[in-house]
Amino acid sequence: MTTEELKQVMTDLLPSSTFDETGEFLNVIIPSEELLPVMKTLRNREDLFFDYLFCLTCVDWKDHLMMVYFLNSRTHNHTIVIKAKITDTINPQIESLFSIWPTAELNEDEVFDLFGVKFLNHPNLRRLFLEEDWVGYPLRKNYEDEHMIEL
Amino acid sequence: MHTWLKNAIPNATGLLITEMVITGVILLVFLILLAFFLGYMERKVAAFMEIRLGPNRVGPKGTLQIVADTLKLLFKEGFTPDAADKFLFNLAPGIIITTALLAIAPVAFARDFQIWDINIGVLYISSVSSMAVIGILMAGWSSSNKYSLIGAMRSGAQIVSYELSIGLSLISIVILSGSLSLNDIVESQANGWWILKGHIPVVIAFVIFIIASTAEINRAPFDLVEADQELTGGFNTEYAGMKFAMFLMAEYINLFVVSAVAATIFLGGWMPFHLGNLTGFNHIMDFIPSSIWFFGKTFFIIFIIMQFRWTFPRLRIDQLLNLEWKYLLPISMVNVLLATLMAIMGWHF
Amino acid sequence: MLFEPDHYNEEGEFVVNMGPQHPSTHGVLRLKVWLDGETIKKVEPHLGYIHRSIEKMTESLSYRQFIYVTSRMDYLSAHINNQVCALVVEKALQVEVPARAQAIRVILAELTRISSHLLWFASIGLDLGGVTPFFYAFREREAINSLMDENCGARLTQNFMVPGGIMKDVLPNFQQRVKEVLKQFKDNYHEYDEILTGNVIFQNRLKGVGILTKEDAIAFGCTGPTARASGLNCDIRKLYPYDGYEKLQFDEITSTGGDCWARYEVRMAEMKQSVKIIEQLIDNIPEGEIVGNTKKVIKLPKGEFYQRVETARGELGVYIVSDGGTTPYRCKYRSPNFANLSAIPHIARGHKIGDLISIMATIDLIIPDIDR
Repeated sequence: MTTEELKQVMTDLLPSSTFDETGEFLNVIIPSEELLPVMKTLRNREDLFFDYLFCLTCVDWKDHLMMVYFLNSRTHNHTIVIKAKITDTINPQIESLFSIWPTAELNEDEVFDLFGVKFLNHPNLRRLFLEEDWVGYPLRKNYEDEHMIEL
Repeated sequence: MHTWLKNAIPNATGLLITEMVITGVILLVFLILLAFFLGYMERKVAAFMEIRLGPNRVGPKGTLQIVADTLKLLFKEGFTPDAADKFLFNLAPGIIITTALLAIAPVAFARDFQIWDINIGVLYISSVSSMAVIGILMAGWSSSNKYSLIGAMRSGAQIVSYELSIGLSLISIVILSGSLSLNDIVESQANGWWILKGHIPVVIAFVIFIIASTAEINRAPFDLVEADQELTGGFNTEYAGMKFAMFLMAEYINLFVVSAVAATIFLGGWMPFHLGNLTGFNHIMDFIPSSIWFFGKTFFIIFIIMQFRWTFPRLRIDQLLNLEWKYLLPISMVNVLLATLMAIMGWHF
Repeated sequence: MLFEPDHYNEEGEFVVNMGPQHPSTHGVLRLKVWLDGETIKKVEPHLGYIHRSIEKMTESLSYRQFIYVTSRMDYLSAHINNQVCALVVEKALQVEVPARAQAIRVILAELTRISSHLLWFASIGLDLGGVTPFFYAFREREAINSLMDENCGARLTQNFMVPGGIMKDVLPNFQQRVKEVLKQFKDNYHEYDEILTGNVIFQNRLKGVGILTKEDAIAFGCTGPTARASGLNCDIRKLYPYDGYEKLQFDEITSTGGDCWARYEVRMAEMKQSVKIIEQLIDNIPEGEIVGNTKKVIKLPKGEFYQRVETARGELGVYIVSDGGTTPYRCKYRSPNFANLSAIPHIARGHKIGDLISIMATIDLIIPDIDR
């Protein structure tokens, strides 16, 4: 499916989604509440069939957090980037995608550890890299640490 | 020497004790030196297999390397973990090394040179060497370490199973020679070693004995009890210093014992290479001292077992037990029947 | 101590920590393993023992500097890690890389792949209890490392890339030295088959163990030889060619078994393909510039850039969010080992402890790449 077709499909699927085509792939920005149903459709619909979640991360834009999901279909070989905007930076929450792609488990643990995004219905949400009692989320832009050195 | 001591010490009990002490000291010194040598040999064989040089710095050709290592182990702290069952923990290396030493008693090193000519030698060796499992279980259990416990439980399953094959492969020779005494078995090979005159059943028994005894002494590819890469050392994970050195020494002495037994039973022990009735040839062979024959054969088998270690990867526990119960044990059972048939019909030379 | 409640749970399962100091986890991976006797009930990876937060460090490094931190991620494919960073900057700036630089990059990348697979071969023997293959493989690896040392100035963490090309030209005897290394490798390759591949015990330890189906491989995001052994075509060099791979003739090795043995075979065959690639290039390295036209201080345009390469272990992706400044606003490395690791708990269930070792050995994890 070409980018234009994907764009059409996404508009039909979720009229509130916005697009950003600066990068290599089609970027679709959706509200975080809509994530799970949209992703389920993307995974299960025969003509979309995004079975491969190859990158999952988060970007801190200071006033909001942006979850970024890179999806690819091994059968149709098209790629799409879904971005879910989380406006609540104090207590960010989003649905876990573990039920759709098992690879999300560790990736979401990592995002929870470094950005503090809580994943609902995650089987085993824990701090993957840092200690359980670590204060703060290091990849947030407002993270402060006594050991940090200004370069 | 016996007569000389008899004159010096008239008291019979005193004589016995003195003789025992002298034999014991000689044996211990010999075995320590032997363990040193086997350690050195193992490194050189490993280096030979692995296209490298091996120890070559300490002493001529690196011969003193093993002495340096022993010194290092001696000066290390004899550490006992806090949670360990201290009595059993310290007892275990002693038990393992004692069983290793006990098993060497009936082995004849040369013509008429034997510590104890017991008339049930084969039975004695197989029963004493199977006691080593108690020491390993004790070490693994008392260490209070999960890896050690898994290792100990593996050793229980492994040694007890392979004991059967060892026993059966020895029995086939006992049937052929008609005696349990090691000396009689050696004498019965005066006109040819069993492996040459015993046809296929003895060859099969020999191969089974080598495989099963490698498993019995926990050497690779059957070193599941230690399994560095799985259990980080298995039953001896918690041991350090001299206690660890005792495990190491016991391993080498056991290696020597099983090789010596294999050499004695299948390859004629100290008996020179005799061929039927070729008297001239046999006389020439007799000029080579019997001790050289014995040690030559023993070290040949040790070399083979060492080659195993540096060639093969390790088996998995279920594969190990499959090998024993599904292959070796049925084969040895059939083999014993064949050997019996051969002995009754007199088919061997 | 053994009988305190936290060492076994209500069902009587035994909980063992494999690592962080364990001989066969290749670094500081800690796997918490629930055992029933020898059988594995559950595996849970615990990470972070070598976490350096490279992604955070990158946010304060310039686009010339951030390349070199990545050498410390997957230290066995350091060169390829550098390559992905150079490529993402080139893609963002739309710089043309000179053909000579591309050829040298590919040669060095394939040498890195061979050397990495050799180390894997060495360690799989070691993990399964055979020490000897280790020395065989290190003999050839040593030759490659010396070559790297001569040309790049380092044996392991080469740091040879700059945005737009390579740092400096290779030595005049480069071609001859590469040919020597390849000849040594090809002459000795049969020894690997003799010592390990043909060994019955070795085959029994790997065949039918740790089966990863194609669907699972996709679902867990596995890439590289691990996924190719399950029949998934995922070679980035074929799917999304970079640095002139599209002009080269080589096969993508796939297998359908999905077990440890398939992974073993795929890696062994991949080394030969790498040799094939280098042989195509080594005699016709184009003359000319080695660095494209880049400014001293690099500023990426505002936007998001994603670039991927095929390292020795799979797809390494770098995702850069730029706000138009001299440093990345956000940098994410999609590391192959991280995804491959997530498959281990799934495929190890029901196997024995010894099988977990073979699974870990064939998936070939590099822990610094997981922790980053």
